[in-house]
Amino acid sequence: MLLIHCPHCEETLPEAEFAYAGQAHIVRPADPMSQTDEQWEEFLFIRENAKGAHYERWRHLHGCGRFFNAVRDTVSDRFLTTYPSGTPRPDLSTLTEGKA
Amino acid sequence: MSYRIPGRGRIDRAQPIRFTFDGHDVEGFRGDTVASALLAQGNHLMGRSFKYHRPRGPVAAGSEEPNALIGTRRGKGQFEPNTRATMQELRKGLETTSQNKYPSLKFDVGAVNDAAYMLFSAGFYYKTFMWPRNFWHKVYEPFIRAAAGLGVSPTEEDPDVYASRNMHCDVLIVGAGPSGLAAARQAAGKGLKVVLVDEHSEAGGTLLSEPQAKIDGVAAWDWLSSTLAELEAAGVKVMTRTTAIGYYHENFIGMVERLTDHLDEVPQDTPRERMWRVRAKQVVLAQGALEKPLVFHGNDRPGVMLAGSAQTFLNRFGVLVGKRPVVLTSHDSAWYAAFDLAGAGAQVQAIVDTRAEVRADLLDQAKALNIPVKLSHTATATSGRLRVSSLRVNKVSGSTVSAGSEIKCDAVLMSGGWTPSLHLFSHTKGKLAWDDDLTTFLPSDTPEDCVIAGAGRGLWGIEAALADGAAQAQAALDALGQAGDAASYAVDEDRPGTGVMHKELPTDKQPGRAKAFVDYQNDVTAKDLRLAVKEGMRSIEHVKRYTTNGMATDQGKMSNINGLNIAADALGKKQPQVGLTTFRPPYTPTTFGAFAGYHRGSHFEVTRKTQIDAWAEENGAVYEPVGQWRRARYFPKSGEDMDAAVKRECAATRSSVGIFDASTLGKIEVVGPDAAEFVNRMYTNPFLKLAPGKCRYGLLCGDDGFIRDDGVIGRISDDRFHVTTTTGGAARVLNMMEDYLQTEWPDLDVWLTSVTEQWSTIALNGPNAAKLLQPLVPDLVLTEENFPHMSCAEVDVAGIPARLWRVSFTGEIGFEVNVPAPLGRQLWETLWEAGQQYDICAYGTETMHVLRAEKGYIIVGQDTDGTVTPFDAGMGWAVGKKKADFVGMRGMARPDLVAKGRRQLVGLLTEDGSKLEEGAQIVLDPNQPIPMKMVGFVTSSYDQGTVGQPIALALVEGGQDRMGETVYIPMPDRTIAAKIVSTIFVDPENNRLKIGAAA
Repeated sequence: MLLIHCPHCEETLPEAEFAYAGQAHIVRPADPMSQTDEQWEEFLFIRENAKGAHYERWRHLHGCGRFFNAVRDTVSDRFLTTYPSGTPRPDLSTLTEGKA
Repeated sequence: MSYRIPGRGRIDRAQPIRFTFDGHDVEGFRGDTVASALLAQGNHLMGRSFKYHRPRGPVAAGSEEPNALIGTRRGKGQFEPNTRATMQELRKGLETTSQNKYPSLKFDVGAVNDAAYMLFSAGFYYKTFMWPRNFWHKVYEPFIRAAAGLGVSPTEEDPDVYASRNMHCDVLIVGAGPSGLAAARQAAGKGLKVVLVDEHSEAGGTLLSEPQAKIDGVAAWDWLSSTLAELEAAGVKVMTRTTAIGYYHENFIGMVERLTDHLDEVPQDTPRERMWRVRAKQVVLAQGALEKPLVFHGNDRPGVMLAGSAQTFLNRFGVLVGKRPVVLTSHDSAWYAAFDLAGAGAQVQAIVDTRAEVRADLLDQAKALNIPVKLSHTATATSGRLRVSSLRVNKVSGSTVSAGSEIKCDAVLMSGGWTPSLHLFSHTKGKLAWDDDLTTFLPSDTPEDCVIAGAGRGLWGIEAALADGAAQAQAALDALGQAGDAASYAVDEDRPGTGVMHKELPTDKQPGRAKAFVDYQNDVTAKDLRLAVKEGMRSIEHVKRYTTNGMATDQGKMSNINGLNIAADALGKKQPQVGLTTFRPPYTPTTFGAFAGYHRGSHFEVTRKTQIDAWAEENGAVYEPVGQWRRARYFPKSGEDMDAAVKRECAATRSSVGIFDASTLGKIEVVGPDAAEFVNRMYTNPFLKLAPGKCRYGLLCGDDGFIRDDGVIGRISDDRFHVTTTTGGAARVLNMMEDYLQTEWPDLDVWLTSVTEQWSTIALNGPNAAKLLQPLVPDLVLTEENFPHMSCAEVDVAGIPARLWRVSFTGEIGFEVNVPAPLGRQLWETLWEAGQQYDICAYGTETMHVLRAEKGYIIVGQDTDGTVTPFDAGMGWAVGKKKADFVGMRGMARPDLVAKGRRQLVGLLTEDGSKLEEGAQIVLDPNQPIPMKMVGFVTSSYDQGTVGQPIALALVEGGQDRMGETVYIPMPDRTIAAKIVSTIFVDPENNRLKIGAAA
């Protein structure tokens, strides 16, 4: 069972408290009706299948209830970091593999 | 004849214990296993093999035992198949049975499979059971059913209790042999929480089998007891009978502790097993190594066993496995087994070693004990029916195998060397590195905070194991910030050794006819592995699946490296290029009870009950589960079946008034200055201008444009909405709302609160609903003018502060009364009393389904399947055309979602008046060739309603343009014709919704 650091509670807690919520940094366009079919398809369906660092969202469902972002290495299944939604992507080069 | 040696072993001779094996009484001692007690009687035959039903006895002395699998029984329901006889401790009254035999262990008719050995080759199942087709039912299926499976499944409910617990510790040490004990000593006394676990009944590991060793001048067993006392005094938790079954992410280890299987009497309320979920900061794996069999013809005959196990049976249990054994080996360790058995009075017939050269001190000692030695020899056969009686050995020079000679014996003690036990290490995704010298895989890197010590990384001998245990534990302690020096140990009478590894042993006979077993449990031979390679299997994973080598409970403990060596040889590749199959948890077979723990029976899942549930129970409700809720499905009167009850409930509601517990509806309170803006963005309908005191039906879509949920939304005040969801969708909808609120529109000032369980909700429906309710609502006039359909108000109902809604899910005049949850039953009983003059009828979910279908009201998830848009469902009216955006608006404009020919919701009336089956497929032309083009399916179908004939809803391609057309529903026995009609079967003008002048 993974251990996940909630950036809001500032505690590292078992995976069972959290729910995965898909890829991170996909912003819903401010004016969806102005989007072309291709743009909307991209927004709805096109996702990374990263081998290595993956930006993704989790929700501390059975805790504070907040959504937050994480970088997880899909090979080692280790969290490189977690950070609040709405903040920019962390610089991968500054992250050394370790516990979140 | 007894094979028990006086003065040997750790059994308690003062405590004889009787148990039964296949109905016969057997006596052993406290401390015995079933295997050691039977061996003490000279009984090696303990089971039949899985496929060929060959007679089998124990090969090993521990949990890796593949053959001696037995059924154990304590009492009713307390039966366990496939228990390893080498692990089951004796207890008074234990009942055991052998497996895979018919009619008896000594005479088995299934052994004809053995005679037909040449037929049962690798991939047998894939090749044989192909045709003719009707043989499947008559021959193959019954045959496979009868023959397949290890042991017999229990048929009764298990009355035992299983527990589960969590544990956090600093250092977890798996395996309490020399390296594990040294690791525990190293970690003890430093203020850390240290846990040492071992799967056996006592700690000690190899030390239990090697009492001759002297550690720092102290005899091994004395050192063991003083060390355990020292560890206990230092606060180390030592857990025996505890198997670490799996190593999961972030040093999370599953362990099963067996608490009662060894006890004569089970104390009241003691769990049989306890699952420990351990989170350890550092883990030391000290699981040792497993001895490998040698692969030769007849290596499975009872009496042929691992040399190290024979040594264990002698030294730990005081049992001589044979009085005239022959030792067959490629490793020094088996020589010591020969010496130990000779020292206990056995006439060792010979030590047969495959190697040309052996250490001089071993040769000298054999000579001193008068044991004949045969170097550069192979074994090519055994004989004996239910017990080995001779071993055929042949001299090997280069690639030439000379003629064989027979050595009479009553046991063959073999050793093909030792395989580090890397199961848990592999669970960590730890990398393995091939070691050419040791011809085995050794542990390399692991992503977990874990070290591996002793024989588990290829070290041999007690001194090396102790030193490595201390050193590796210190490495783990360093990582915890506890620097220090590793303790050193000096061991006398140690037995270091080396050996060589083999594929199958060379033979002078036809190798293709040899029954040289690699995997005893699955009856896989060297020939099977070579055949698999010959037939195109290249990856070891394919070889495994084709032959079943290393499958089931073995998980490669005995068979992996031998299997790999043979497959690699057949492929002409080196072992690391062929690779190793994956070790999977659990390490040893684990009961379902241990995994289930407390989660069984009524504790398997919560049952959510409304405040009115008890009234329903008292009034004979039949329930159905809806999500986690249990809901009253219908209320039968005596003699009524469901159809009759639902028919009565439907009629009563349409003719007078029905009462329904709607408390399970999901409820979300949306509050804040931006509440209206938020609801407006989430739902397809316009909400900005909805006035307080009004409600509106809302459709919730995903951004893909498909319907996700629906419900009525009431505006309580400017900044407060009471949103209802489907019963099953409540949590999902709240999650979706939170997602949009938190991550897309964090600027909106809104709070979302789940209030499902804060309100009891009672629905009153029917022409007399308003008449019934009015006297109880003195502060509100319930007329069409004053409180029209889709109104809501905060008002007292029967003296209880309530949120009263004028809504209908039946097409009748309808109210939903929301009161604080604990007052739900009080209100229900008040309404029930007041309704008696109108013959009020309590109805359940089934009637609710029928009545809503008659009005064409959809149930999300039944009439929609995640690919249905509001327009497909005929609910375009619910989509706000003038809105700039809402969730799903852009999605609905996608080309495929506006294309012609989409499946659309329609009504169906059958021509012959029969009821359609939900899920039945629909075609346009019943005479077209098969496979027919299916244009849709039936989503809802009922015949208990008030229309006068059965009705159905269906999704049909272009359905809304096919009104009046006939479609066909082919069923197994006939084809049913049905007319496409509107989804509204009752009162399309909605006249029945209006409160008449008489109200």
